[in-house]
Amino acid sequence: MSAAGQTTASTKPAAEASAPVLEAIGLTISVRGEEGEREVVSDLSFSLARGETLCIAGESGSGKSMTSLAIMGLLPQPAAHLSKGSIRFGNLDLSNLPESQMRRIRGDRIAMIFQEPMTSLNPVLSIGRQIMEAIEVHTPMSRREARRRAIDALKSVRIPDAERRLDNYPHELSGGMRQRVMIAMALALKPDILIADEPTTALDVTVQGEVLELLRDLQRETGTSLILITHDMGVVAEMADRVIIMRNGRMVEEGKAVDIFASPQTDYTRELLAAVPRMRVGAEARQAPEDPQASAGVPAPVATVRGLQVRFDLHGGFFGRVDRRVHAVESVSFSIARDETLSLVGESGCGKSTTAKAIAGLVPYSGDIAIDGRSLHGLSAAERNAVRRDVQMIFQDPYASLDPRMRVGDLVAEPLLIHRIGSREERRNQVASLFERVGLSADQMDRYPHEFSGGQRQRICIARALALKPKLIIADESVSALDVSVQARVLKLLKDLQREFGVAYLFISHDMAVVENISDRVAVMYLGQIVEMGTRDQVFSNPRHPYTRRLIEAVPVPDPKLRRTHFARLDREIPSAVRQVGDPPPLLHLHDAGGGHLVAQ
Amino acid sequence: MTTPISPDMSTPLLPAKPRSGIWRQLLKRRLAILGLALIAIAVAGAILAPLLTPYDPNEQMFDGLTLEGAPLPPSEKFWLGTDLLGRDLATRILYGARTSLIIGIVANGAALLIGALVGITAGYFRGWIGNALMRFTDLMMAFPALLLAICLAAILQPSLWIVALVIALVNWVQTARVIYTETSSLAEREFIDAERTIGASTPRILFRHILPHLLPTLIVWGTLGISTTVLLEATLSYLGIGVQPPTASWGNIIFENQTYFQVAPWLVFFPGAAILALALAFNLVGDALRDILDPTQRGRA
Repeated sequence: MSAAGQTTASTKPAAEASAPVLEAIGLTISVRGEEGEREVVSDLSFSLARGETLCIAGESGSGKSMTSLAIMGLLPQPAAHLSKGSIRFGNLDLSNLPESQMRRIRGDRIAMIFQEPMTSLNPVLSIGRQIMEAIEVHTPMSRREARRRAIDALKSVRIPDAERRLDNYPHELSGGMRQRVMIAMALALKPDILIADEPTTALDVTVQGEVLELLRDLQRETGTSLILITHDMGVVAEMADRVIIMRNGRMVEEGKAVDIFASPQTDYTRELLAAVPRMRVGAEARQAPEDPQASAGVPAPVATVRGLQVRFDLHGGFFGRVDRRVHAVESVSFSIARDETLSLVGESGCGKSTTAKAIAGLVPYSGDIAIDGRSLHGLSAAERNAVRRDVQMIFQDPYASLDPRMRVGDLVAEPLLIHRIGSREERRNQVASLFERVGLSADQMDRYPHEFSGGQRQRICIARALALKPKLIIADESVSALDVSVQARVLKLLKDLQREFGVAYLFISHDMAVVENISDRVAVMYLGQIVEMGTRDQVFSNPRHPYTRRLIEAVPVPDPKLRRTHFARLDREIPSAVRQVGDPPPLLHLHDAGGGHLVAQ
Repeated sequence: MTTPISPDMSTPLLPAKPRSGIWRQLLKRRLAILGLALIAIAVAGAILAPLLTPYDPNEQMFDGLTLEGAPLPPSEKFWLGTDLLGRDLATRILYGARTSLIIGIVANGAALLIGALVGITAGYFRGWIGNALMRFTDLMMAFPALLLAICLAAILQPSLWIVALVIALVNWVQTARVIYTETSSLAEREFIDAERTIGASTPRILFRHILPHLLPTLIVWGTLGISTTVLLEATLSYLGIGVQPPTASWGNIIFENQTYFQVAPWLVFFPGAAILALALAFNLVGDALRDILDPTQRGRA
């Protein structure tokens, strides 16, 4: 395979010189709205050579997805339409091709994979049926032949035991497996162009590494041209030959990936690259000044969690008895000191969010949680509420965590109102000062959440969490839904607020780079248990547990020169946290590897 | 669509105080004004009926029938014609508005209230209480509504208020079902979790955060319910367990006269138009209210 890679690489300059596979000339897409037409993509021109990977990168609202939909002829009707320009595919002009012809090209010559592997597969058809259908639509062949092609396709995306998997339904597969099925479907007919719209955004970081590597290998084998739409500069660095940076519907910069990362020409690209959280940057800057403090909570911890356990019963069988249990969190213990940020990292389903919810009192749990020295054990509901006032939470999705029917000022004042703090006038003044503190203006208080951008909404959520002057703020994936530049600003705000209010954070994230950026201490969770815990430097400079190493390795580095050639793959699926009743998972024992660095054996 | 009731009806008076701007915003919408006007006409007609018409609703007039005993079509004397017993139809519709408004607003409102309470409780708490409530709702749905109404009406002494109660007890089930589904999906939304983490009490979550989101559904069900309840009352009257004759209601005017539809179409047309206009009026106001109360819709036409 490496030999094949060599040859393609060497023929590439020749291919670039030949006619491009796809060419967009002066592409302009308009959307009809309430206030007339608005251009979402303006005058975009680019070309795509055979076997090339072109990344279209940009933040939300930059028009990158619209561009891909325009190429596929799938612009949302009737609002959006191609108002100017053309898309040349070979000697066809896709911009005015009738739908019947477009349908023949779609899937066969140009294929597309979407962000959400959950929603882009039909849940009531087996995956084999869906792949075979995709093949049969474009090539007349017998059922048996189609089945054979489908198995080949699944094998080519390295799905183990492909023949048996063919009869599986989408819900029986993990997210990564589903995205591989989507890729298998897209590549089954060996299209000339594959458009991947944020193909790994919904996936865990280790799975993302595998899927990206797979895409790269398949492209090398089939010579397909790839258009990769992404917001993640790490993914861009990992994959791109050429990069287009877009902003507000316009191309800001175009060039070879190496050049763009090495010497960005425009301010916007520079800002974008500067905002990308990078690993191993902070480590060199600081020389372990906080080590003595980290050795086993010297000051009274703000929150202590001992033997936390969360299990959900699954009912099944004829009488709906409990026959299986989800062991979401198993015997998790940690403590957080004042002024400290403890990060819980792990991939989806590892129990990090459930831990957060247990501490916030949103799910029933067993084990002991103490806030500011007061144990919640054996307290009445009212007393528990009083203690929990010191714990506030910021959620992942700033669009979903604010009641859309309330004014933001009222939302921020609500915690004060509930706990009967201050008069109406005092509350309003306090809310105004909170607004100013998180970087919003006080005259925005009478607006509704939908009038704000994602970053602004997250600021509102932060103001709301701060209103009660809590001792601990739980941030559950609070910056994951934000664009990188916004993310960087929100993280900075969180750090500033910590210094000012002395609040402790329990920071929950799947993003290792962000975690490295903000944490004092880090705990790595896997299947409901902590496998490694220590200060940031201990965990990131000296990861002891194989899972931690894998997580760190999987993070794409935003530098094309450091591109990985190979990513270690797991051929098996991640084991499930669902177990039979009476069969609890074996508990891991953490031992001290020196200086409070706890590692599971 | 307006039923010609009386020429001396001027534009209805609206409550003077503009409370929190909702009235002012309603008055900015032409369709909402039309709806409000229709409702006001119906209410005024019902209250002022004795002043608006020279006849008694139950008076069988000698000159109200032809010599052959057929009802009279609309004329100068009887604006909307007369019914089978020679009573003035316009007068009966005016007096009937009293019954129909009470049924349409009180009975329907009560049904909506019961349904919403049951649905919200079951949808938010779920567990055994939710199961019990929803299975009971299913049971009520499976039970023929008319039969239930007949049973209830037979047990209780028939009167206007009892009829309203019976209708409410029959009609709440659909609302409960719909509200249950909506509440249970709302309760899963992240902002409800967010409310819990700031220590919001259950009533606060239910009434400040869940109920406002249910308003559009409640408004739609409420306005749709008006015509159904008015007609259900007519059905009950027809079966002799509703409002007792000779008391007029829009529904029973239709039912009394429906067999003469071909020879005397006005007897069915005018009360029918009245029901339609009332339902339409509430619908228009409801639509406007829904838009005004939804901040995310603000600024759209």
